[in-house]
Amino acid sequence: MDDSLSDNRPLRILIADDSDSDRLILKTLLRRLGHEVEDAGNGEEAVEIFRRSGADIVLLDALMPVMDGMEAARHIKALAGERLVPLIFLTSLSDADALARCLEAGGDDFLTKPYNRIIIEAKINAFNRMRLMHRTLSHHRDLIRDRNRQLLEEQKVAKRVFDNVAHTGCLSAPNIRYHASPMSIFNGDVLFACPRPAGGMQILVGDFTGHGLPAAIGAMPVAEIFYGMTSKGFSGSDVLREINQKLGRIMPTGMFCCAAMIQADFHLNQLQIWNGGLPDGVLVRKDGSLESIASRHLPLGVVNAARFDAGMEVFHTEPGDTLLMMTDGVMEAENRQGEMYGEERLKRSLADAGTAGSPFDVVMEGIHAFTGNQQEQDDVTLLSLQMVEESELVGVSERLPQSALEGPAEWQCVYEIKDRSLEQFSPLPLLLHICMEVPGLRRKSGEIYTLLSELYTNALEHGVLGLSSDWKATPDGFGRYYAERERRLQSVSDHFIRFTLTHTMTDWGGQLTIVCEDSGAGFDYLDPSPANNESGYSGRGLMLLRKLGRSLTFREYGTRAEIVYDWHFSEVAARDGNTNSQTGGWS
Amino acid sequence: MIDKPHLDEEALAELRDVMEDEFDILIKTFLMDSSDRIAHLRSALEHEDADRFSKSAHSLKGSCINIGAPRLGELCFDAEKAGRESRLQEAAELVDAIESEFRKVEAGLKEFLH
Repeated sequence: MDDSLSDNRPLRILIADDSDSDRLILKTLLRRLGHEVEDAGNGEEAVEIFRRSGADIVLLDALMPVMDGMEAARHIKALAGERLVPLIFLTSLSDADALARCLEAGGDDFLTKPYNRIIIEAKINAFNRMRLMHRTLSHHRDLIRDRNRQLLEEQKVAKRVFDNVAHTGCLSAPNIRYHASPMSIFNGDVLFACPRPAGGMQILVGDFTGHGLPAAIGAMPVAEIFYGMTSKGFSGSDVLREINQKLGRIMPTGMFCCAAMIQADFHLNQLQIWNGGLPDGVLVRKDGSLESIASRHLPLGVVNAARFDAGMEVFHTEPGDTLLMMTDGVMEAENRQGEMYGEERLKRSLADAGTAGSPFDVVMEGIHAFTGNQQEQDDVTLLSLQMVEESELVGVSERLPQSALEGPAEWQCVYEIKDRSLEQFSPLPLLLHICMEVPGLRRKSGEIYTLLSELYTNALEHGVLGLSSDWKATPDGFGRYYAERERRLQSVSDHFIRFTLTHTMTDWGGQLTIVCEDSGAGFDYLDPSPANNESGYSGRGLMLLRKLGRSLTFREYGTRAEIVYDWHFSEVAARDGNTNSQTGGWS
Repeated sequence: MIDKPHLDEEALAELRDVMEDEFDILIKTFLMDSSDRIAHLRSALEHEDADRFSKSAHSLKGSCINIGAPRLGELCFDAEKAGRESRLQEAAELVDAIESEFRKVEAGLKEFLH
């Protein structure tokens, strides 16, 4: 109706009084003050005029025929809605009760007869100031409401984009349970999980400083790096180093990400964990005993690459052990008295529960019981990872993302790694990456990685370093084996390991040939010694692949091993249909 | 018992100042309006409608106060109270008093018109 906030225009004033002479006096008074006046002889007329043309201020006689001032006041207030239309009762009433009733009916003030033009002018001016202030406030409130709606809208879009970046995870694996608010990203909490091509999985729990979009923005590159590197076979430490460097570069001082990286190996039954600034994680053993996993590092994005320690602690586990990691929203969940849940209560609930109930449920129930009916605190992120038999996770790694791009089909590459680099660098992620350019091979990343890694390990440890796998047969020898490996790696020189990868298309699919040569003295790949059985560490991958019924031929001549790996269109298509309906048309 | 003047000259002077050319119209309006209301008072009394009587007296009181006829306003206030308390006998006497006071006010106001 009236939009301008700068008001020098005359006010539109509606007056209602059944006394003709009083009305005439008031109308004349107000007009002389420069206002526009409409007048009515009773309440009903006044409501009608207000409905038709509105008014800035209304002056109403309390007692009028047809509809009295009190009822007219209620109608006019209802019609005005959110607008403040000051309503002043005109009255010769003298008893306090009657005056109070006028105000209860929605009146803002009253003017008593006889009219005094100085008082009238002062009141009109005062109420006009109030009216303008109310309008300014309403206008600002509307502005804030609109901005807020727009912000929420933008957050939704940002969340969709973010979900697209981070959707490829394996958080739905049967051994993972988690709690995270749907909009947790805007509290700076992140939770990613990705299968490793060599088996097992890698999980990142993170908590960015700050809230809102600034916190969410840092999460995007973290998701990209985490999923990108993990699915190519990079270790947890490698991924941490990369994320730390990236965040250090892009985030302003004072912004960083408390995080924990978990690398789970279900074959070796071990967890490798790095905790930088998150609350202590808890490893709940099958027998109910608890082990703390304290933060031993600075958060990601704080120290530069040279000072960053990405070393992960190793925990030996058994199927049935459960790891809990959380952000500080769990510790800081508040009850009605403003107390925080805290580590003590968390550990007590876990200890009290013993082996009864899953640790995840115990903690979630503990938090709910503690906070009572408090509104759900939306920065609570809790992850539970249960150690299980490897066989229970079949299929998890097949959920890796599929690119719709056609890749190269006919190619060959030779990659040779020499001397000191043998000690410092693993060529496996790079080689796997090259193979993954072939669309038909992408779902086989686990098997390919196993092949590459077996060939590389054999070439390095037995070929170049000349270690004997016999040593690994006993626990003592096992330690000696790795100590010796470290020692010999330090002084390796004039050695190389050369991979020759060849891919070609066949009528039924494709064929990848991997040749691995080394500069060592030569050794027996198919050593029939007891250490080389399928439950040991060495050679297990090849045995596993044979058991899976891979079309695999394996040849070796001491310093040269060759594997021919066939894949079939039918397999790729069938798995696509089963596990990745999202990408639809790819075949 | 009522010691207020028939007309408040000061108030009337101020009204004249405010109303300028319309002062005459105001006085005529007041006089017409008031005799209407006195007729209303009588009719309410005949119907023994104390509520209507009291409301009419209240309205008349308001305009009397505004126009500057305080004694007439005071009589109206007494009538309003009598009506509210259903003292109809007293009310009838008050209407007579109001009518007589109104005549005086009317005469005085007509003086003012010159």
